[in-house]
Amino acid sequence: MKTNDAVASGVRVQEISKTFPVPDSPGTSRLAVDRISFSIAASELVALVGPSGCGKSTLLRLIAGLDVSDSGELLVGNEKIVGPSAERGLVFQDPNLFPWLTVRRNIEAGLAARGVLREKRNEVDEFMRLVGLEAFANAYPHHLSGGMAQRVALARALINHPKVLLLDEPLGALDAFTRMRMQDEVLRLWQNRRTTMLLVTHDIDEAIYMSDRILIMTQPPGRIDRQIDINLARPRDRTSDSFLRFRSEILEHLHFAGKGDASSSSSVLKD
Amino acid sequence: METDPKFLSGDGGIRMTSVGRVTNAHATVPDKPSQLPWLMQLAVPFASLITFGTHLLIAKKAPPLETHSYMLLFWEIVAVSIFLGIAQRFWPALRKWMRHMWPIFTAAIVLVGVWDVITVGLHLLPLPYFPGPAAVLRSLISDRGLLLDSTWHSLILLVSGYTLGVIIGLVSGVCIGWSSSVRYWGMPLLKVVGPIPATAWIPLAMVVAPSAIVSAAGLVALAVWFPVTMLTASGISNTRASYLDVARTLGARRLYLIFRVAIPAALPNIFIGLFMGLGASFLTLVVAESVGVKSGLGWYLSWAQGWAEYGKVFAALIIMAGFFSTVMTLLFKLRDRVLVWQKGIIKW
Repeated sequence: MKTNDAVASGVRVQEISKTFPVPDSPGTSRLAVDRISFSIAASELVALVGPSGCGKSTLLRLIAGLDVSDSGELLVGNEKIVGPSAERGLVFQDPNLFPWLTVRRNIEAGLAARGVLREKRNEVDEFMRLVGLEAFANAYPHHLSGGMAQRVALARALINHPKVLLLDEPLGALDAFTRMRMQDEVLRLWQNRRTTMLLVTHDIDEAIYMSDRILIMTQPPGRIDRQIDINLARPRDRTSDSFLRFRSEILEHLHFAGKGDASSSSSVLKD
Repeated sequence: METDPKFLSGDGGIRMTSVGRVTNAHATVPDKPSQLPWLMQLAVPFASLITFGTHLLIAKKAPPLETHSYMLLFWEIVAVSIFLGIAQRFWPALRKWMRHMWPIFTAAIVLVGVWDVITVGLHLLPLPYFPGPAAVLRSLISDRGLLLDSTWHSLILLVSGYTLGVIIGLVSGVCIGWSSSVRYWGMPLLKVVGPIPATAWIPLAMVVAPSAIVSAAGLVALAVWFPVTMLTASGISNTRASYLDVARTLGARRLYLIFRVAIPAALPNIFIGLFMGLGASFLTLVVAESVGVKSGLGWYLSWAQGWAEYGKVFAALIIMAGFFSTVMTLLFKLRDRVLVWQKGIIKW
């Protein structure tokens, strides 16, 4: 796999806060993210877990540059984040493929949006192959299954060789089997390209299976409550003792920190 | 790798459905034997003979020329239907089309017969306002030059007015939909001025415009402008925010966001506006032609009425039906082509 202009960068989040106005009561506002600081090393895969509404997605949108923080500083490498950029790819839970474009054109959209499609058109085939969708080049998105659509979304983000890839519950809408297969695919992409990744997820197993490090966020206003290094060799065994130890450690932590339904057998945080 | 079998077609690509206009009616009909039922094959010639036979019985006093051209029409229909009846044995696509259309054609021919009976046979409707089909056919034939010329003029007026209206409507719609400051100033204007029927501007338009043709084209454009602007603006401003977010994180600048994201996303809405505008343009066209312009189908209609030649009035109505429905069909075809990606999402 060639990684020509893909230079991964670290991310530094320093004392970031963000408030949102409360829709139905003017004048009041809600603190979504409260002075959060953490950093991600270049080529690291970090997972961010926490209950719904704890500000995970807000944080991701701030790093993507789609929202502006009230205070604090965000850096990619040594550059301040001032707005959205192709350097920071973002993949949502909904693939958000453009329904009016075929699979191929959706992937090309990454290049076309930057205005470099003409020079880099030859890369499109490589990315179609990378996500195994050559046969569906001329299909429209509504013909794709959820997993296929999400692969197109990944290819569309990766074709810009982002320094950082932000994943907002990208596998959350998939069925359990597809999800596990896609976890391996994302890992494969990550290992090939060494792109820095920040993965927001509800699924604790997914976080342990995939990431180098897990950041646990608490109830709103969101704060990083705890960090856990997952020092397991890949590929990881989801049923190994050490895996399960991490799992119970995180569940236990969320049980004490959160609203307490994490002690149930499900490892997926309830909405 | 998941591969849902229904997505895999043999050649590795995906076809929407078989290309061409496959209606639901066809889709549900199972494969039938390679023959049209005899009853269906014979329905059209049979209906023609009955309709013409009835005419011979009830219209004994009709001018011979009228009866003659009426007869020719039916002989042609009979000849063509027999020819197609033979051809469909060797041409499955034609058979499919005939299976779909023949009942409709038969009904249309029978309906002409009923019209004949009501007007010429039983004198249920007052003359000269309601001539029989043979008289209308005679008017169509004798005035064909003028009718063709009128249709041509209407077409030019329609195309120029509609195109102008659509262009201005798209521009103003995109501006209002995209920019909140344009929306602030433009929307009230649109809401107040837009609902005025374009025909209500006729007195002013005739004074202002350098010629009647220009004023008519302007009125048609105005009639088209309002719905196109309204629907385009609503389509643009309702673009899913996440599409725009995704495009921004791909590095898109404003031009890309407008032309490659917002406008494609708004196209389904824009087409609704185009259809509404087309309807409004027909109306405005006919009215504008009948009051100011000295050419076109609207003018022909009021001219024929002025001479109390109601056969010609009906002839003009028939031409209009054919003309307008053809234009409408063309717009449908364009939409099918442009919005092909919607197939399977939305039922048309």
